[in-house]
Amino acid sequence: MLWEMKLIKIREEADILKARNAAKVMAMDMGFGLVDQTRIATAVSELARNVFTYAGEGEVQIQEDCKPQRGIKVTFIDRGPGIEDVDLALTDGFSTGRSMGKGLPGAKRLMDSLEIETQPGKGTTVTVEKWLSD
Amino acid sequence: MLQNASIPILKLKEFLIVSIQTDLHDRMAEQLQYDILHRISETNAKGVLIDISALEMVDSFIGRTLADTAKMAATLDADIVIVGMQPAVAITLVELGLSMGEVRTAINLDEGYELLKEELVEETPQTDEAESVAAEAEEDDNGSV
Amino acid sequence: MVQSSAIPIPKLKEFLIVSIQVDLHDKMAEQLQHDILKRISETNAKGVLVDISVLETVDSFIGRTLAETARMAGILDAELVIVGMPPSVASTFVELGLSMGGVRTAINLDEGFDMLEAYLKGEIRHQKISATEGEDVVGDETDKD
Repeated sequence: MLWEMKLIKIREEADILKARNAAKVMAMDMGFGLVDQTRIATAVSELARNVFTYAGEGEVQIQEDCKPQRGIKVTFIDRGPGIEDVDLALTDGFSTGRSMGKGLPGAKRLMDSLEIETQPGKGTTVTVEKWLSD
Repeated sequence: MLQNASIPILKLKEFLIVSIQTDLHDRMAEQLQYDILHRISETNAKGVLIDISALEMVDSFIGRTLADTAKMAATLDADIVIVGMQPAVAITLVELGLSMGEVRTAINLDEGYELLKEELVEETPQTDEAESVAAEAEEDDNGSV
Repeated sequence: MVQSSAIPIPKLKEFLIVSIQVDLHDKMAEQLQHDILKRISETNAKGVLVDISVLETVDSFIGRTLAETARMAGILDAELVIVGMPPSVASTFVELGLSMGGVRTAINLDEGFDMLEAYLKGEIRHQKISATEGEDVVGDETDKD
């Protein structure tokens, strides 16, 4: 089990690329297949872009997890405006910004789990996980 | 690795070929869109083949950019065909729920080219047929044999 | 990386199209050369069009690599054409006394394509490429009629 945690600060658009590359590399190292690596990289890209677009800045933490089973866990933390209605945000087609949607429903489908902690005006933390199948 | 800011758009007969080999940031995506539209009107191109075989990942931002470019090109009477989508990319795009709308895809450049050519051929004969039918009708009216 | 490290080499009819958008360092140049030759055998391509229109600098290393690739492609019965050489590069080449050893060039993809089609029809002859400085000449190429 890898004990390292990769931390990427999101300050500019190029950091989205850094975050998803880091996630892809770790997924590859962990033994995820190519399609899963792509799913993970894509989900990270969506969520990191959210951080950049809605909060302007934040951070992404990528690590290996082993509960309930071995997998990759990526956490997105920002002190942005927060999400008023989480259920709505998880519905396809929802958007308050200039993009078509927050990318949350898509990311949720690509990963095995997605959790949101948010407080309007304070910030948002999104955690996604994908587990290695046996 | 030095990289140039703009993605080249190559003209081949009545079509344009664009090979995307890099990440598309906001500005680059906008620039590419503008460049493609500009080239379409400059060259009067009828179609654009966008090769994404080098992309290992296409997220909603890039997907939207491609879909929007296709819509804009359509207003200039040009069809866009995305070619070379990697299998893993195709799978994730579907799971992302990203509708590429009316954007056509083809498995590779060759197929995409054939697709565009077929479309072009389909457009012209109808006009000819309509013209000959109209000409016949006129002859009949004039009472000529 | 979101993009594969290799430069895509799509096929269009009997030709391969390579759009070089990054400065080619040692490893990449080697990789590209290898990939082009591999693709020629795989697809039985008769020609290769290499677009360098967005390269800001084309030094003697790249010049030699392209000339070498053209020679090797010739052995595999394929003609290589460099297209879109930026004017600044062409003049630098002349100033530096560099030669491309006679490798075919065309102003753009369209012209290069026409050139290859003419060659295939037998309207123009095979281009013999001389060895560039520093290159070992194993044997002479025979002229194709």
